[in-house]
Amino acid sequence: MTNWKHIAGGVVALAVLGAGGWAYAKLNTARSAVADDRVALADVKNPEPAAIARGEYVMRTGDCVACHTAGKGPFAGGHEIATPFGTLLSSNITPDRRTGIGAMTEREFFDAMRHGQGSKGFLYPAMPYTAYAKLTDQDMHDLWAYMATVEPVENPVNENGGMRFPFNVRLAMAGWNLLFFDNSGFEETAGQSPQWQRGKYLVDGGTHCSVCHSPRNLLGAEVASRYLQGGNLGFWYAPDLTGNPHAGQGKTPAESLVEYLKTGGKTSLASGPMAEAVEHSFQYLTDADLRAIAVYLKTLPASGVTRPAPLPAESPAMQRGALRYEVNCSACHGVAGEGMGNVAPAFAGNPALQSDDATNPIHLMLVGGRAAATHDKPTGAGMPSFAWKMDDRQIAETLDYIRNTWGNAARPVDPAEVARLRERLGAGKNLPAN
Amino acid sequence: MSQTRKKADVVIVGLGWAGSLMAEELTRAGLNVVAIERGAWRDTSTDFPPAVDTDELRWHTRRQLLQPMSVETMTFRNRDGQDAAPVRNWSAFQFGWNVGGAGTHWAGMSWRFSPWDFQVATQTRERYGAARMAGLQLQDWGVTYEDMEPFYDRFERIAGTSGAAGNLAGRIKAEGNVFEGARVRDYPTPPLKDTHWMSKYRQTTAGMGYHPFTVPSANISQAYVNPLDVAMGPCTYCGFCDFHGCGNFSKSSPQACILPVLMRRPNFTLLTETEVLHAVKHRDGKTVTGVKFITKEGVEGFQPADIVCITAYQMDNVRLMLLSQVGQAYDPGTGRGTVGRNYNYQTCSTVTGFFDGEHMNPFIGTGALAVQIDDFNGDNFDHGHLGFIGGAGIMGFSTNGRPIQNMNTLRPGTKRWGSAWKAGYARDYQTASTIFCQGTSMPVREAYLDLDPAYKDRHGQPLLRMTFDWNRNDIDMANYVTERAIDIMKATGAKDLLVDNQTERSWNPYMQHSSHTIGGAVMGADPTTSAVNPWLQSWDAHNLFVVGASAFPNNGGYNPTLTVGALAIRAAQAIHRTYVRNPGPLVRG
Repeated sequence: MTNWKHIAGGVVALAVLGAGGWAYAKLNTARSAVADDRVALADVKNPEPAAIARGEYVMRTGDCVACHTAGKGPFAGGHEIATPFGTLLSSNITPDRRTGIGAMTEREFFDAMRHGQGSKGFLYPAMPYTAYAKLTDQDMHDLWAYMATVEPVENPVNENGGMRFPFNVRLAMAGWNLLFFDNSGFEETAGQSPQWQRGKYLVDGGTHCSVCHSPRNLLGAEVASRYLQGGNLGFWYAPDLTGNPHAGQGKTPAESLVEYLKTGGKTSLASGPMAEAVEHSFQYLTDADLRAIAVYLKTLPASGVTRPAPLPAESPAMQRGALRYEVNCSACHGVAGEGMGNVAPAFAGNPALQSDDATNPIHLMLVGGRAAATHDKPTGAGMPSFAWKMDDRQIAETLDYIRNTWGNAARPVDPAEVARLRERLGAGKNLPAN
Repeated sequence: MSQTRKKADVVIVGLGWAGSLMAEELTRAGLNVVAIERGAWRDTSTDFPPAVDTDELRWHTRRQLLQPMSVETMTFRNRDGQDAAPVRNWSAFQFGWNVGGAGTHWAGMSWRFSPWDFQVATQTRERYGAARMAGLQLQDWGVTYEDMEPFYDRFERIAGTSGAAGNLAGRIKAEGNVFEGARVRDYPTPPLKDTHWMSKYRQTTAGMGYHPFTVPSANISQAYVNPLDVAMGPCTYCGFCDFHGCGNFSKSSPQACILPVLMRRPNFTLLTETEVLHAVKHRDGKTVTGVKFITKEGVEGFQPADIVCITAYQMDNVRLMLLSQVGQAYDPGTGRGTVGRNYNYQTCSTVTGFFDGEHMNPFIGTGALAVQIDDFNGDNFDHGHLGFIGGAGIMGFSTNGRPIQNMNTLRPGTKRWGSAWKAGYARDYQTASTIFCQGTSMPVREAYLDLDPAYKDRHGQPLLRMTFDWNRNDIDMANYVTERAIDIMKATGAKDLLVDNQTERSWNPYMQHSSHTIGGAVMGADPTTSAVNPWLQSWDAHNLFVVGASAFPNNGGYNPTLTVGALAIRAAQAIHRTYVRNPGPLVRG
């Protein structure tokens, strides 16, 4: 972690030095001049109903409400976002003049959403303006119309009060933008269908998939060369969305991706942050848009991850894992890893389970989890915690069995990984062995 | 301190099966519903996941899903003139103590009552003459099986009930219960599989000319998605069902079937760990204005509502009626008054036998896993030459192999301690099997519920007092049916039979095989003999509905849950389709 400070110091310096055409391209907001710069949000009267409805849909694709809500009412901000640089609080984006964005004009709103330049200075890229930069003028106008209809809530938020120096200096983000921000709008790719273009627009823009599903560098910027190849979020891992047949979506039919996004899934179930994305955002999208997303994702070239040789089933550790699986897991996940449709995910052939990054299954074993509960599939079944029952080695062995049986193959889980996550999640120790 | 909450369209008192089925109906119809539950929130993955659910000591022996005796109990005596004493252990009936109520810890036998059960008075008079009713306080329910069928069907669909039809719209099918009332369609999921004991029982009873079938079960046989879009998983036959939750979404319960949808509805509010003290009567004396409650912090409050639905445990339904002073308390001396009238239990016996050299593998089980014959249930056999009415379902069950519970199921003469006991248990665990007779119970004038004059709960309110013993009719029935069960057990080839006929001793709350307690606020078409009308609406306060087994005027030879749920759905539909448009009595007495 000490490296961060040095690098960040350099970033600040870069920001100060930032001049010339390079900086101009990264920080220029000229393309948002299409927005009105006179009327404040709180003064917007009677937006067109059709625009409000379209704007609400844009809001759903962007899932604004999820991060900007924390008990004080929708969009009133205060939601905690843990970063390696400290804790951020999401801002109040209701039309309250004093504590929300009620005093902002549409132009200022565009500048914040698409260029990361807000009323208090540069935004932190925890706010995915890096993706929203792709939103069209039309979608932005509609979103503005919708935001005008939100109930104003007075709720002052000190967004970066929990950030450590020097990351509490917003100007540092100018430097970050210079280094990493692609300030350009969405551009169509030649030779692709309108459906594919729509899918890419949604993935790269509103639904901001890469924010979680692309790995990040040491400064928290997405690594473009590994676009959507999977990203570690600390407590969770956002899996590989490329066509990789082993750990990605290569063998997942487009229809299954649509069902997953629309309902939370059947044999593979959304949980953790993805359950929130499905519950708050994807289930509200039209079937045509979900289909477009799936079509686009299915064209992503496979990542370079290769299938390792499975661990030998006859090893004593695997035998112990098999017994433990039968006793603790098979009631719901099936003796052949087939799962219970809509209730407990299948393990056999499940690519998300076979990633090199085992954060998700370790997390779920330690503290449990809950499947998405949607309008179509409201069950929201839960995975119990086994932290009280199994020690780190036992969890690792059980996962090794699950990740290396029924045709699955994955690297062994190190008990030390389990120990680290147990500590960080505050999952508690297991009861003494009997 | 006290608080008055915002008025609701409907307040529901107790969120078990009846409360959650009603809340589902009423919120779907757009009504604003507040449910008040004195137990805590309980959920599958956090409270009874598979690795926790099979803790027999915690759930079965120590009763940790049940209402603690320190919170509230009831008092019991066999007859008027005795001093009633508080019950100190939940054995004869099990009060729920959580969201989901007893619907969370039930075993899962999912019966419809027979057409006869709803019309015992009429049918007995017609078939055997009025003299046969002497000494019994028989009365019809005011509904028929045909009235109930759509609501049974709805509950089975929500619960995913596993079974095979025996009477499909009049077509008799040998794989099901050929004596059952006609059902419009088959069960939503197929019957469970037989254990070794069930196969033996099935073959033996079929060979004797009886009609065996698999008991309908809430431990469902395959994955299922119910009409509310809630998904369930197949039962794993783990055998930890009654007194336990279900860890893998396989046992129908409010948690598994309704709450995921109900909790998402914006017009539904749930107050947990909050106890309703009584309903509050309006000055006009014809309605109630809401319910008075107390939170776990001891803060009293008032929940105003246009409609009050009391959907607590059977005993608590009656107690809340008495504490609310709605309707006239029953007086066994004069036979007048309706609240507390027709209290009843269920008349049961068991016959256990031992099979040398066999492996029954009793650890393969579910709460509702059994093969039954109904040849001696209800009025399915001619009672002309017999001195009683009613009967029992006779089942060979494989409900569990819980190691603590079964350690006294030993051959006669086995030592009960030390190494001889251990050796005996090791021998008998695998070879014992049991036949259970679940019998009808007929009401009598002397059996009733009222408020105890001496004992009070922690809030200073009187406990409920139960006055009950077996009556002559039910003793004669039990003796007759137990002999049939002994005949069957002998025919299976079992040895060293253990017979436990409950009616051989006066009723007491610690030695019962049933848990099915009914009556006290019974339904009927006559306001002088029933507390609620056929829609479960109080005759004395038209916006008060009292829903549960408290409404049964007599007990069937079946588990009561499906009938409770069907009555709840029926009452809720009457409320949102009829009552809310024109509040007032739904029928004239």
